[in-house]
Amino acid sequence: MNIPADLKYTQSHEWVKQEADGTVTIGITDHAQEALGDIVFLELPEPGLMVKVGEECAVVESVKAASDIYAPLAGEVVARNEEAIGAPESVNQNAYAAWLFRMKPANPADLSLLLDAAAYEKVAAE
Amino acid sequence: MIQRTPLYDSHLAAHGRIVNFADWEMPINYGSQIEEHHAVRQDAGMFDVSHMLSLDLSGGESQAFLRHLLANDVAKLTVPGKALYSCLLQEDGGVIDDLIVYFFTPTHYRIVVNAGTAEKDLGWMQLQAADYAVSLKPRRDLAMIAVQGPQARERFWTAFPASRAASAALVPFQAAEWNDWLIARTGYTGEDGFEIAVPATAAASVWEKLVAAGIRPCGLGARDTLRLEAGMNLYGQDMDETQNPLESGLTWTVDFKDASRDFIGKRALAELRERSALRVFLGLVLLDKGVLRAHQKVVTAQGAGEITSGSFSPTLNQSIALARLPGGVAPGDLVEVAVRDKLLRAKVVKPSFVRHGKSLI
Repeated sequence: MNIPADLKYTQSHEWVKQEADGTVTIGITDHAQEALGDIVFLELPEPGLMVKVGEECAVVESVKAASDIYAPLAGEVVARNEEAIGAPESVNQNAYAAWLFRMKPANPADLSLLLDAAAYEKVAAE
Repeated sequence: MIQRTPLYDSHLAAHGRIVNFADWEMPINYGSQIEEHHAVRQDAGMFDVSHMLSLDLSGGESQAFLRHLLANDVAKLTVPGKALYSCLLQEDGGVIDDLIVYFFTPTHYRIVVNAGTAEKDLGWMQLQAADYAVSLKPRRDLAMIAVQGPQARERFWTAFPASRAASAALVPFQAAEWNDWLIARTGYTGEDGFEIAVPATAAASVWEKLVAAGIRPCGLGARDTLRLEAGMNLYGQDMDETQNPLESGLTWTVDFKDASRDFIGKRALAELRERSALRVFLGLVLLDKGVLRAHQKVVTAQGAGEITSGSFSPTLNQSIALARLPGGVAPGDLVEVAVRDKLLRAKVVKPSFVRHGKSLI
């Protein structure tokens, strides 16, 4: 299973990357893209949207099904990946390169509450 | 009880992603559902459909029995091997299942029914058969493989050259026996091809030879998007016991022509036909971005309807659906579909989106 050690994860199969400028980048894991199958549509949040932790804020649709994406942290959406919207299959090709959206966390310390790679590996194995 | 087809090990060896479908462990895909879909539209792909059940019907009153049991009329079948699609109805017109019946002689037919309904169908048929001199034999000793696509027949003959003489002259919806196989020019994809029934013991070696001839294994995922593009109904989704064929796009399969024929469900459907407010069963093409799914609400000028099957069409590169809509809605109308918190625009079309690799919309 492809689970990069330098990222954080959620129970709901999002990955979270801490950027140097204090923002975090969010995508879905390789395990999640494989389970979803061919991804054909992304609905991503507009920059400026304020989200609570665990709030539904994006949708990834594969041929098979629609899957909600949850905010891993509270904060403000500051960017979304327009390239991925135009090419949803890029999430299947490389789930860690094809990020979905970027947030400015309300409380950066919350990042430590997320799963590390070893803990996520157990979640993904279930 | 979870069941496996004789090809289960072949699916594992080909890295099939296994899911539970109607209590059968079946491959949903072998990697990319979309690539498998395109293989069938552009070249040749194959599906393990051994979970479906073949039933052999024999006996002096076989034809009379089927003319009572089925909404379509098997009296139309006069050429050996010819097949007919029909609904199996309840007295109230609700659909128990849809099936294909193959005619060999007026005293010998084969019926192929869906996996999830097989036990229910068999029980119903046996109940109805009590008054007829017929016997029904389930054939779980058979495996079935659907080989589909513009190159499907050629590749099949490459794998089994000796079968060409027996199967080359088959017209669509006709089958021929070849040794202990049945080769039928039928399918569920909107493409040319064969569906073959072979002894379960031979299934894995037949599958292997078809792979060697360049036929790509395809899972149930691609089977669903292919049948949806072809505008073909899926039992349990587009119709079931609570729906009748006249409001499920299946009016063409209900044969009222012979007034003296009394089939199960006839009276209920005849009454229904007299009503003016029958719902229509049509296709939708999504104009906005997104994906249509079963059970989404459709808003039309004539009232609300519902999507029964929806997905992304790999051939058209946009989302399509089948929907049950209020009477009066017609192809060309613009409607809206409630997708999460938005209303998306869709166009009503005839429910056949793709045939033989070409867009019909």
